[in-house]
Amino acid sequence: MSLSGKVGFFKGLKYQGGIPMITWMLHRITGVGILLFVSIHVISSFFMQQLGSDLATNINIIYESWIFQIVIIFFVIFHALNGLRIAALDLWPRLQSYQHEVLWLEWLVIAPVYGLTIFVLIQNGLIGS
Amino acid sequence: MRARAVKPSASFEYFMWIFTRLSGMALVSMAVIGMASAFLLGARTQVDLPTLMRWTFFPNPNHVVNSNIPDVAAGWANGFWQIMQILIVFFGATHGFNGLRAVVEDFTGLSAYKPLIRGFIILLWLFVLIAAVYVILAS
Repeated sequence: MSLSGKVGFFKGLKYQGGIPMITWMLHRITGVGILLFVSIHVISSFFMQQLGSDLATNINIIYESWIFQIVIIFFVIFHALNGLRIAALDLWPRLQSYQHEVLWLEWLVIAPVYGLTIFVLIQNGLIGS
Repeated sequence: MRARAVKPSASFEYFMWIFTRLSGMALVSMAVIGMASAFLLGARTQVDLPTLMRWTFFPNPNHVVNSNIPDVAAGWANGFWQIMQILIVFFGATHGFNGLRAVVEDFTGLSAYKPLIRGFIILLWLFVLIAAVYVILAS
């Protein structure tokens, strides 16, 4: 956000921030997404456990589907690993000089972890586990 | 390039900045403990990914009841895992709702409604926290 706070959404997209900007945006989007998912999950569990609500059971069916899991597992893996990168760079500020290398390393770790996970998910989803 | 040396003042923002980093690392390590324990307690051969996720983030016998592990209650229904879950829920909810506050306040800036927005987020945080602890202790 600019200091005046008057930069619109589309003007903000034109800013050539590169990978660090995309990572920053993804960290916020995935964070809010996880918060939404966990909050709905906790509240629906509460109503299912206490009242046996049908609505809560239907919500559970949505996020037990393998397509939903492909999305949420990316959110979780990305937010966790990017958060570890942020914490590491904040704890050892001298690493900031190598922030591009650290970002590449982060994506090099995310790619196999997420790739293997969705491989298993898609395989089970298509075969019907 | 060297990082700028700033002496932080003991403000709310500084405290939450520290808390976000510490709770994030605590959540990752608790997830690792949960996942390792799931494998040690018998999930090695017969677990699918959704079940592993449930175990990793919320090791509750009620939560993993859909899996085919025969002795779910034996290894998991005790005080250690209840305390673990309450810690995960507390760190997770506080980390998450503080993050939501940071995002929302970046967009609203200096707004007259700031106390109202903060109050609403605090109410949501308390609601999720109390509901989750109730689910843990009642299961």
